[in-house]
Amino acid sequence: MYSDKVLDHFSNPRNVGEIPDADGVGTVGNAKCGDIMRMFLKVDDNGVITDVKFKTFGCGAAIATSSMATEMVKGKTLKEALKLTNAAVAEALDGLPPVKMHCSLLAEEAVKAAVEDYMKKHPEAVID
Amino acid sequence: MDNAATTAVHPQVLEKMLPYFTECYGNASSIHSTGRDARKALEESRRKVAAALNCKPQEVYFTSGGSESDNWAIKGTAFANRKKGNHIITSAIEHHAVLHTCAWLEKQGFTVTYLPVDEFGQVNPQDVEAAITDQTILISVIAANNEIGTLQPIREIAKIAKAHKVLFHTDAVQAVGAIPVDVQEIGCDMLSLSAHKFHGPKGVGVLYIKQGTRIENFMHGGAQERGKRATTENLPGIVGLAEAITLATENLEEKSSRIAGLRDQLIDGLTSAIPHCRLNGHRTNRLPNNCNVSIRFVEGESLLLRLDLAGIAASSGSACTSGSLDPSHVLLAIGLPHEIAHGSLRFSLSDTTTQEEVNAVLATLPGIVETLRSMSPLYADFMEENK
Repeated sequence: MYSDKVLDHFSNPRNVGEIPDADGVGTVGNAKCGDIMRMFLKVDDNGVITDVKFKTFGCGAAIATSSMATEMVKGKTLKEALKLTNAAVAEALDGLPPVKMHCSLLAEEAVKAAVEDYMKKHPEAVID
Repeated sequence: MDNAATTAVHPQVLEKMLPYFTECYGNASSIHSTGRDARKALEESRRKVAAALNCKPQEVYFTSGGSESDNWAIKGTAFANRKKGNHIITSAIEHHAVLHTCAWLEKQGFTVTYLPVDEFGQVNPQDVEAAITDQTILISVIAANNEIGTLQPIREIAKIAKAHKVLFHTDAVQAVGAIPVDVQEIGCDMLSLSAHKFHGPKGVGVLYIKQGTRIENFMHGGAQERGKRATTENLPGIVGLAEAITLATENLEEKSSRIAGLRDQLIDGLTSAIPHCRLNGHRTNRLPNNCNVSIRFVEGESLLLRLDLAGIAASSGSACTSGSLDPSHVLLAIGLPHEIAHGSLRFSLSDTTTQEEVNAVLATLPGIVETLRSMSPLYADFMEENK
């Protein structure tokens, strides 16, 4: 049911871990539904995401979409990161089974939550 | 390690089946000799099943499997006894073949009581008795749960049903071939079983119906199965079922005690090697081939995928494997919170399970859990709180 790319990102997830002095942290989902994603961002003065890490409790698709989302926003500006869509994450993984599309949505939301957290902590920052 | 889902057909079973696809392909309803040979094989199979279950051959009805047997038993007796009453009693941890049938009957005007279970998944016979009303026509309780393996007090429930003149059906799909099943000794009016759970073929099962039980016919058409279930008999399947049940019930005690030994190694090994890992179901009052554990801070499907990559097949009651947002109704019924139910794993053994396979699980799973926990925010939060 999963593509080879999903299985690759599930078995060798990229950017797993935490950033102790992260500039923005976002957690989405809940344990009751079986998925929690936490995204950590390191952002430089130019608003570029220089590092990103994740921790996820969830199924194979949840872990693979987290991993792919981190790869897709690393090195991007906050503005670009906010444009990440769940469809793009799913597509980059060569598709997801229909029942697992909500996992890709969670990955999109985790990135947004981490950026929002960064904005809250850095009210002076502007995303034009 | 997923033998509760299905089993491989025993080579001897396959060998018995094969001639019934080709040289003995007759229709058991035909008058000619090929038909008579088919009839002979059909009735011989019925006798074998009757011997295994300790009932009369005419009480054995061949079906397409466990789900059909459950559907027929419940709908068939509900409609046949409608004038007597409209109340059915079952448990919260039945297979969906029973639960969804009961839910459908509720839409047809029947009322259903779903009895709760204790933390081990056991139905209390006193609850059964207390739920009986003058409208109760049927009690259906699973003999052994398919997810957590808990054995139910079906003999006591059968006695209560009999005392109140209520019919009693038990879904014994997981029990047959794993533990002794004798319909006289149990005292049930109906019992469902499925061949592919005990090294028989898929697509064939049995509903035992005690003589004199009021039940509607399941399939209307020809005179097959005493007119109760039309359709030309699936003879290769039936011959296979009969051979499989005969083999499965031979030296059952010896086989199941070996399997229970392997099960105990799994239960003790996993719960001691993995922190925050609990056994689901009863420690001793369970199927000899069932080990079901919940592992906190990790999710079941991830565990299954990682096990699969290591060459081990298991199953889980997590939402991600059920195709819904909720984890298994059985795990929720025994009181597990959602997040712990999501991290459940079931290993189900069979006659062909080896010591090496058990060793492989014990050697592999702790490492997988450690890896998944290292990327789990739930585990990180837990460690932070318990510093």
